[in-house]
Amino acid sequence: MTSSSDITAMTVPELRAALKDGATVAGITEAYLDRIAADDETLGSYLHVGPEAALERAAVIDAAGTAGTGLAGIPIALKDVIVTRGIPTTSGSKILEGWTPPYDATVAARLKDAGTVLLGKTNMDEFAMGSSTENSAYRITRNPWDPERIPGGSSGGSSAAVAGGLAPWAIGTDTGGSIRQPAALTGLVGHKPTYGSVSRYGLIAFSSSLDQAGPMARTVLDAALLHEAIGGHDPLDSTSIDAPLPVLAEAARRGAGGDLSGLKVGVVRELGGEGHTDGYEPGVLARFAEAVALLESMGAEVREVSAPAFDLALSAYYLIAPSEASSNLARFDGVRFGLRVGDDGSHDLDEVMALTREQGFGPEVKRRIILGTYALSSGYYEAYYGQAQKVRTLISRDFSAAYADVDVLVSPTTPTVAFPLGARVDDPIAMYAADLCTLPASLAGVPAISVPCGLADGLPVGFQIMAPALADDRCYRVAAALEAAQDAARGHRFLDQLALRTATSAEGAA
Amino acid sequence: MSTLSRKDVAHLARLARLAVTDEELDLFAGQLAAVLDAVAQVGKAPTEDVPPTTHAVPMTNVMRPDAVRPSLPPEAVLAGAPAAEDGRFRVPRILQEEA
Repeated sequence: MTSSSDITAMTVPELRAALKDGATVAGITEAYLDRIAADDETLGSYLHVGPEAALERAAVIDAAGTAGTGLAGIPIALKDVIVTRGIPTTSGSKILEGWTPPYDATVAARLKDAGTVLLGKTNMDEFAMGSSTENSAYRITRNPWDPERIPGGSSGGSSAAVAGGLAPWAIGTDTGGSIRQPAALTGLVGHKPTYGSVSRYGLIAFSSSLDQAGPMARTVLDAALLHEAIGGHDPLDSTSIDAPLPVLAEAARRGAGGDLSGLKVGVVRELGGEGHTDGYEPGVLARFAEAVALLESMGAEVREVSAPAFDLALSAYYLIAPSEASSNLARFDGVRFGLRVGDDGSHDLDEVMALTREQGFGPEVKRRIILGTYALSSGYYEAYYGQAQKVRTLISRDFSAAYADVDVLVSPTTPTVAFPLGARVDDPIAMYAADLCTLPASLAGVPAISVPCGLADGLPVGFQIMAPALADDRCYRVAAALEAAQDAARGHRFLDQLALRTATSAEGAA
Repeated sequence: MSTLSRKDVAHLARLARLAVTDEELDLFAGQLAAVLDAVAQVGKAPTEDVPPTTHAVPMTNVMRPDAVRPSLPPEAVLAGAPAAEDGRFRVPRILQEEA
């Protein structure tokens, strides 16, 4: 008999094997619900958990006899930015408190059709604006590696849940790094797909030209399996790319074989290289350099690549994203859903809107709406928003030039390991710097993955692999090679270190 | 390039329908001036003859068949509204003057 802690440490192929071997979906779901009940009060990874609905759903799949095929019977958590029919969805904001969506996002619908069991909705920075999940209007989320530190953001609920054993995997969304950065800081694999390759239908919009949903998982293969389940053309999203998804799980399996001969890898100088190390922790740079050497030892040809426009990615992003947000968030007007404040007969519609938005939005959301309103206003549009869009072109050109010479580009995923709770929350500029390495791929719409590459000061460090548009398979191949080589050298999986440490400290306390 | 005063922030908040408090104005004016200073660096880029990118995937006029599909039932949509009446969204008065 497998214990519930064994179950919640399993990868998805292991869960699938267990299901084929006689384990029940109900049993697996219960094991996760037990972990959530025991740990989530402290961890804060979920905003909504639906135990009854999950167990009902598990029973249906057990009865259908499909468990163990495809993704049938595998539990999952969704970031609360994804609308789910009949299940509360807040996007981390008070303005949507109590709202129950009347429809499913395409991502949610595809996972439902695949037979997954929804455990709940995960915490996030309000409207995905943040890098630490401290901007959630509801609660903070802690990092399972150190409860006094942030789990990254904005998909920090998803990262904490998966790293902490409260979900086998989860969906996050990435606008400027919100999948990759939290994955890096909690020792997970997180992939931002090519823009347009995963449907945005039913994602509560933050910055429409950048938002993209993707997998957060414990292994590269798990991430690939989840990505294959959600990706592909969707007529309900007019920005969806009408092209077949590359084969991802197979790319991960092939990559794990460890042969990278012929692969050309470009190390981006502007992201932690010579002359660009300000703000980067030495431990992060050391783990990164070791991982690059490991790729080389597997046959990859490594060279340095310069992408000068990347230096301006942060500035361009923090103009483009707030501008699009100021427009997208206009829909929260207190008329059709969520909160309404001041509707007492003494205020007209305009005043009710302003009072509703004042009470319903948190400080970071207000800051970004104001900044975006400014950047789009007449007289400033060309100097700010227009100029940022041109910088975006320069960044895409740097990518194209680099991909003429190399197959993938690599960098650290984040300049630092997870920082302490509260350390940057009052300093927007310091908070924004957490996205330094992830922003270029977001602006260019190219795919990028973060895979663990060791520990610095006992905390996870992420390795980012970027590929050309629609070549997501390259990210999975290289990430899987790195993961397999490191696992072999270590003798166990990366996340097993967290379980070992937790076990040791529990013994110490007892 | 310009900077953001407290008065500018108040004006922008009004445009964006945010009834911000005096404390927020004080806080945001300082923070946003610093952010604006940082993002103004985009002005340093050599962008002569560079076209803007609005979207990473070049697409124009994406069409789909003009087919009738069932829409959401009105009661399901109105269930999420702060106020509804007679099968419609109920809103506060729009005009200042009494009718």
